[in-house]
Amino acid sequence: MSKLIDPREGVRVLLMGNEAIVRGALEAGVNVAAGYPGTPSSEIVQNLADVAGERNLYVEWSVNEKVAMEVAAAASFAKLRSLCAMKQNGVNVASDFLLHLTAAGTRGGMVLVACDDPGALSSVNEGESRHFARMVEVPLLEPGDFQEAKDMTKWAFELSEEIRNLVVLRSVTRMSHASGNVTLGRLSDAQPKAEFKYDGFILDPLEGPVVSAPVPYKHTLQQEKLKRVREIFEGSPFNTYAGPEKPDLLVVTSSACTLYSREAIHVLGVKDRVGLLKLGTTWPLPPELLKRHLASTDRVLIVEEVIPFLEENVKILAAETALEIGAKTFFGKNDGTLPSIGELNPDLVAAAIAKILGIDHVAMPPDYEKKATLMSFAKAPNRELTFCPGCPHRASFWAIHHALLMDNRLGFVCGDIGCYSMAALPCGFSTLKTLHAMGSGAGVASGFGQLHRFGMEQPAMTVCGDSTFFASVMPALVNAIHHRADLTVVVLDNSGTAMTGFQPHPGLKVNAMGGDVPALDIARICAAMGAKVEVRDPFQLEEARGTLIGLLEEKGVKVLIMRQMCALSPEKRAKKKYEVQVDEALCLGETCGCNRLCTRVFRCPGLVWDKERKKARVDEVLCAGCGVCALICPAEAIRKEEVA
Amino acid sequence: MGTQTLSKDPFNIIITGVGGQGNVLASRVLANMLVHRGYDVTIGETFGASQRGGSVMSHIRVSARGAWSPQIPKGKADMVVSLEPVEAIRVMKDYGNEEVRILVNDRPIYPVGVIAGELNYPARDEIEGALKDLSKHVWFIDATEEAIRLGNPILGNVIMIGAACGLGILPVGRAEFAEVMKGSLAADKLEINLTAFDLGAAKLAATA
Repeated sequence: MSKLIDPREGVRVLLMGNEAIVRGALEAGVNVAAGYPGTPSSEIVQNLADVAGERNLYVEWSVNEKVAMEVAAAASFAKLRSLCAMKQNGVNVASDFLLHLTAAGTRGGMVLVACDDPGALSSVNEGESRHFARMVEVPLLEPGDFQEAKDMTKWAFELSEEIRNLVVLRSVTRMSHASGNVTLGRLSDAQPKAEFKYDGFILDPLEGPVVSAPVPYKHTLQQEKLKRVREIFEGSPFNTYAGPEKPDLLVVTSSACTLYSREAIHVLGVKDRVGLLKLGTTWPLPPELLKRHLASTDRVLIVEEVIPFLEENVKILAAETALEIGAKTFFGKNDGTLPSIGELNPDLVAAAIAKILGIDHVAMPPDYEKKATLMSFAKAPNRELTFCPGCPHRASFWAIHHALLMDNRLGFVCGDIGCYSMAALPCGFSTLKTLHAMGSGAGVASGFGQLHRFGMEQPAMTVCGDSTFFASVMPALVNAIHHRADLTVVVLDNSGTAMTGFQPHPGLKVNAMGGDVPALDIARICAAMGAKVEVRDPFQLEEARGTLIGLLEEKGVKVLIMRQMCALSPEKRAKKKYEVQVDEALCLGETCGCNRLCTRVFRCPGLVWDKERKKARVDEVLCAGCGVCALICPAEAIRKEEVA
Repeated sequence: MGTQTLSKDPFNIIITGVGGQGNVLASRVLANMLVHRGYDVTIGETFGASQRGGSVMSHIRVSARGAWSPQIPKGKADMVVSLEPVEAIRVMKDYGNEEVRILVNDRPIYPVGVIAGELNYPARDEIEGALKDLSKHVWFIDATEEAIRLGNPILGNVIMIGAACGLGILPVGRAEFAEVMKGSLAADKLEINLTAFDLGAAKLAATA
């Protein structure tokens, strides 16, 4: 049994932040959950799906974030409790619906869990979701530790029902993917019946139609709800203060920065001088609580990730109440006390506090630091990101790279979001030349595909994964075909949403809960749209490259589906197809003339260069047994033998 | 083999290695052993794109006083369990100090830059010299080799956890390991894991 449905109240267990959010939702009696995978949010929907049977839930990996929010909203309209979860840029995708949803209001408790990635640890942006709460005028909650992640999620459903609107719970990577002890509460045993009422009075929020019009009335109602939220937040137990009555410095913080700030105060030993106001309810701010604390000091440091959202809101409040609380000096992002990009940590916060208080703080003895830094640069060679051993993307980009070289018109690839984004790096032979949002590769390439009329002779290509194809590439493809763009699309179909942990998508026969579902065929969809379609196995390097060269020469929209399962997929993992070895007698090493093609250019981590023997060698622990390297060795020194 | 209490609170452990080595799982196992003994444990880790061949690190904060930051402050590691040799050196830059206990699995995983010949991977004695220059307490363990002998290289991580417990400064040992593994493993797999744990513990018990 999953610990997330452990019925024992009061038991303390180790939970990842995302698991704590799931437990909170289960204690609240969530009925429906939907999302689209994206680090650091993916474990939320995944864990709910895993207990869907036992807890009588409906959970789905929706085709994209906007649809996920719509699916969750339907449950709310039918008086059920629902949750949708996504990473920060997923909220952008869902935001058009989000605006109309929050204007129209909800019924059953509905929570949006938005997981931001400060420092872009697993993203190509450090976008923020907090602004959406202010922009669409709904409450924003930010848990400051793992227990709160659970308790706050549970409460978010109650708050949503109290104001009949969506509540946003914002997490960050260091909360979602960190773990800590959580005391379990009682699982809900509510068994609500779904019913959508629509024939009441047109303005009736519970029985009328769910629409955002008439706008003046509904918008006023929404803002009144927010005023009510402000009052509720004044007494919230998620806002706490620790420190002296009249601190030399007041630190105002939220989210994982709470833990950094607390540790920084501990490291500096300044708990008698510095007060820590930790806010769990960050929009709208509770004005009385803030005023009380701001009045207690004249120096304020705001600690948050990434852009100064809390800082601006606190400053507005301070300006509005300046006559009551007096003038303050503010420290934070705007004045450069804290870095304005990237994630924070205890050291950055400690340095900021030390600077403001004029404390001499040395985190590491300078001699040691110098020595350790030199040692690290000299003796710990950098590990650039690379595709895993046996990754089909390495083979696909090998084919793409060589096809573009042989085509010889300076063609290029518009990239997209997935593991294959790394093809901008040497591991993908630096093939990607643009990289933006999900589905943008096809959209941008569709635009390039029109520029021949301005003299551009370079062929445009794009790549996308199978999950991305369904999520957001289809509209761009329709656009390209309809407008007669010249474009080659390579779908890197590895049978799952691999980067985030093999979540199913509409191309597969199984759903999030393990149920049978019809699989949609990418090749048939593309053909029905009017594209020329080919399907190849990227591990058949020459065939794949040859096909691609042919397609590059043709006009119109051409789709090549490179079909080969991810090396880490549960079906493939730890099962080698081939036993691969280098025949030392045949490997000529540096004298071959191949420029060590296998280890210097192909760069699979499963191949190593034996410095002493001056030969390539296969690392039997790392090699996944795909056998592709055997196809590239001009001396035929790499031998593969099918494993029985 | 375990102590009764923490020698320091919070006690800070780093498990480091290369993406795909099982870093996250190893940190979960050790953390759950400590939770089993009633401690508050905070684990900080990153996964996602960073796991594809990159350096990875889990921070484990052990305390009797509640949750700490998921990132250890600079220079404050008490124990480093490195699943790969040069990753131990990398960690020292931010978290090292002369008293930190460093346990190193001596099996290298070469970065692609090294394989390509653009970067140099230091020899074993160079790595050892560097680490001993940075800490008084360094142990090398042939964990992957032993694990291959046991039949599966992934057992190297269990050998390393065994070694960490074998040091005798953590308040957990074989009993907690068995308890945690029982919850997540089929019975037939438990025995080989216990063998690996004992093997690791024995390697350190003799020297610690």
